[in-house]
Amino acid sequence: MKRNPKDLDAAHGKMTRRALFLGGLQLAFAGGLAARMRYLQVDQADEFRLLAEENRINIRLLPPARGQIFDRNGLIIAQNSPSYRITVVPEDAGDVEAVIAKLSSLVPLDPEDLERARTEMRRSPPFLPITLADQIGWEDISKVAVNAPALPGVTPEVGLTRVYPQLGDFAHVIGYVGPVSDYDLSKMEDPEPVLMIPRFQIGKVGFEAKREDVLRGKAGAKRVEVNATGRVMRELDRREGISGADMQLTIDAELQNYVQARLGRESAAAVVIDCEDGDIRAICSSPSFDPNLFVRGISVADYRMLTEDNYRPLSNKTVQGTYPPGSTFKMITALAALENGVVGPEETVWCPGHLKVAGRRFHCWKRAGHGHVDLNTSLKRSCDVYYYDVAIKTGIDKISEMANLFGLGIKHDLPMSAVAQGITPTKEWKSSSYGKDWLIGDTANASIGQGYMLASPLQLAVMSARIATGRSVTPRLLKSLDGVEQPSGAGEPLPVSENSLRMVRRGMYSVSNDRRGTAYRSRIAPKEMEMAGKTGTSQVRNITAAERAAGVIRNEDLPWERRDHALFVCFAPYDKPKYAVAVVVEHGGGGSKAAAPVARDVMLQALYNGTPPLEAYPKADRSRIKAQQERLERERVKRPLGSRSSRA
Amino acid sequence: MSYLEYHAKSTPTGLRKVLHLNWGLTLLLITVSSVGFLMLYSVAGGSFSPWVEPQVKRFALGLSVMFVVAMIPIWFWRNISVLAYLGSLALLVAVELFGTVGMGAQRWIDIGFMRLQPSEVTKIALVMLLAAYYDWLPAEKTSRPLWVLLPVILILVPTALVLKQPDLGTSILLMAAGGGVMFLAGVHWAYFVAVIAAGVGLVSAVFQSRGTEWQLLKDYQFRRIDTFLDPSQDPLGAGYHITQSKIALGSGGWSGRGFMQGTQSRLNFLPEKHTDFIFTTLAEEFGFIGGVTLLSIYMLIIVFCIASAIAAKDRFSSLVIMGIAITFFLFFAVNMSMVMGLAPVVGVPLPMVSYGGSAMLVLLGAFGIVQSAHIHRPRQASR
Repeated sequence: MKRNPKDLDAAHGKMTRRALFLGGLQLAFAGGLAARMRYLQVDQADEFRLLAEENRINIRLLPPARGQIFDRNGLIIAQNSPSYRITVVPEDAGDVEAVIAKLSSLVPLDPEDLERARTEMRRSPPFLPITLADQIGWEDISKVAVNAPALPGVTPEVGLTRVYPQLGDFAHVIGYVGPVSDYDLSKMEDPEPVLMIPRFQIGKVGFEAKREDVLRGKAGAKRVEVNATGRVMRELDRREGISGADMQLTIDAELQNYVQARLGRESAAAVVIDCEDGDIRAICSSPSFDPNLFVRGISVADYRMLTEDNYRPLSNKTVQGTYPPGSTFKMITALAALENGVVGPEETVWCPGHLKVAGRRFHCWKRAGHGHVDLNTSLKRSCDVYYYDVAIKTGIDKISEMANLFGLGIKHDLPMSAVAQGITPTKEWKSSSYGKDWLIGDTANASIGQGYMLASPLQLAVMSARIATGRSVTPRLLKSLDGVEQPSGAGEPLPVSENSLRMVRRGMYSVSNDRRGTAYRSRIAPKEMEMAGKTGTSQVRNITAAERAAGVIRNEDLPWERRDHALFVCFAPYDKPKYAVAVVVEHGGGGSKAAAPVARDVMLQALYNGTPPLEAYPKADRSRIKAQQERLERERVKRPLGSRSSRA
Repeated sequence: MSYLEYHAKSTPTGLRKVLHLNWGLTLLLITVSSVGFLMLYSVAGGSFSPWVEPQVKRFALGLSVMFVVAMIPIWFWRNISVLAYLGSLALLVAVELFGTVGMGAQRWIDIGFMRLQPSEVTKIALVMLLAAYYDWLPAEKTSRPLWVLLPVILILVPTALVLKQPDLGTSILLMAAGGGVMFLAGVHWAYFVAVIAAGVGLVSAVFQSRGTEWQLLKDYQFRRIDTFLDPSQDPLGAGYHITQSKIALGSGGWSGRGFMQGTQSRLNFLPEKHTDFIFTTLAEEFGFIGGVTLLSIYMLIIVFCIASAIAAKDRFSSLVIMGIAITFFLFFAVNMSMVMGLAPVVGVPLPMVSYGGSAMLVLLGAFGIVQSAHIHRPRQASR
């Protein structure tokens, strides 16, 4: 085919033009691409650089070590121990099931844990470690470590967990920690990120919960570089956390241990407080429980055992429990009467065994009556009629005012859970709480610590300390925080005349040192340590007229929960008070029989700073006391030795 | 001038042809491929395996193919263009029947030493056929409707086959390159205006069809378009590629983070970092300067081709060179637009840089044809 060269040239010219046109378009497009590149890489570079860093860098929290808690002598009460767990990285394990089978032949694995681990494995990328078993003993973890070559991908890991070596002794004081729960988080306004660490432990009750702020510490963090699937490539930098502050309590762990043992299986509470500076030397609620059970989550069976126990081991009777103070309140009524000039120290009241108040008979515990009773005798023999009489003359408001002065009806600021305020009734209080007028009979009831009157064992101990010193001693539980000594509880002199106080102390002295005193049998023998005290027996039921007619039923014949509470408060030495003690034995019967001996033993233990010599006891008691001391010694030694020798 | 009128004596013969190769173009191709090796070395974390080594081998093979093709006179290539076209159609049908499914599409046939993507071959074969067609067709008939319809059918047949794979990117490339050759051949403007108008109409029809029974695109293709339009809508799902790619590009800045220092690619945030998204690694590690440099090299190759096309007085040579240049341009322009978030993710590799056998081999073969046209271009006969 021959063509016209002219046409061909024309066609070529057209093509050249179009080729140049297309080339121009292409250049323009390339220019557009370059402009876009400039926009992304130059104009927006900073923003994208930031996004790239966000992609690349993950921040991992490092849990801080919780502050440790010591007793006043440096004995450890709450510590952090290494806890071991076994993890497996499925990717490294290869055949995971084979590895698990091999592992379970070495150490016992919980099927429930395994099921959870398998579910987790299906969901997470294969390079992330999965926990197979938690809280493994040292022996098991060694077995795993020794067999490591046969267990690909399996790593024994170490973390920190809370341990309470004193077991039940401090369960009520410092409480316990537990893994943070969704419920805990829901209660917080703005939870710290560290709480999101799985199984991070926080204080649940008691001191651990109250001082969570300082005990927890500050979380550290490490920045790691991760790839797109979240695998950690390397650690970029790390900022260690700040450990929680160490705490020292005013409690003497040795004494605490003794008191706990002395209370035994009774449902009881005992508080030992330093009269001068308010330091709580021991504060025990019985029965107790092992707080370590709660640290990793208590089993349903164990928990049911604790909650279904009539003796309520979980409640802290020392500060949460409030009881009618009974006759231990009589010092307050006496002081109110004396201070208001209602009765003189030598004045007597006639006790025929009862007093008619507003047409109703108020009985004295002694039906035959005490005859002529002065202040000293009224305390010594715990005559009720004397107090009905002077209280009605004084008036309830003045009595309550006096009670508040001595720490009753006052919420003491202690870092413990649910510290009770108790009740010191006034006319206004009754009308606002019950909408009823105050009756004169209410005053009679209140005068002997019954009726509306309620006080916690801690308050009773504080009351005794204040009577002993005449100063407004405040209880102190925290001795030092992070090495800084906390303010002492020594207080100002109370606005009560020394004369009245001396009279009341003298009466209390008679209670335990006069042959006719209600607690004479629980006296302390050495002259320089003599104890002043007051018994109390508070009714938990009304004695009906029919019952009274039939003769009051003896406590021993009643079911346990209807028996009277036994109380005893005291301080010693009488001349130079060092400690005040309050003991409440729930449904223990009479205060002189159930509470006073316990208080005396505890007082001696505190005064001698250890087991007292038998000479400290009255001669007649010594053989019995010797047997008791030996028994308690045995019971106290039963506890694991290792846990008691970790002196810090 | 047609090839029949060449002065056979004035073209170089035998080994002397080597001296007449377009050495500038060859050098540029080697440079671009070396950039590819460098980036593949980087994304492998500083290792020759698994990508650099096979890529170098393929490049060596491709370069020899280019030389062999260049040595063969250009009229031979013109004569076999119909055969090449039919052969590529056969391959497209074969891949439909025996092809391997990869990334949700049947795209390659395993031919032992490498995987062959027939659609790559088709691009060049189509350009060759169209160039031969217009070389054969008298210039005055170029714009007559029947003579326009024939090449349109020639374009649409392979396009339809590729679209069925389904490979939207390649089918668009085929149409654009075919249309480009027709435009260069001198087809009247009005046709292109009409086609573009029809295209716009089709696109709106495609979107209208969404969700109905006669839906024209696959769901995944719709999703890709959606995420292209708004990548932030699904940053961890379908929009992930574009978002991460833009982050990598942007974080490169002026001069980049340094060779092998790109965190986005090194830590696997980039998808397909050794194939379609390799440009982002380059831009992250060498920054704006690196990106513009590569773009310039590409444009230089285009300029070389255009110059070569204009210099060639023979119609087939000019058209085939320009067609190959357009194809090459579309490759990198679409790929770069894609990674910069200017176009949807359609799965077009960066030519000569992305890891992959057939594309590189076919492109080098195509440049062999360009070289052949250059060597065998008509010269002033020595009198």
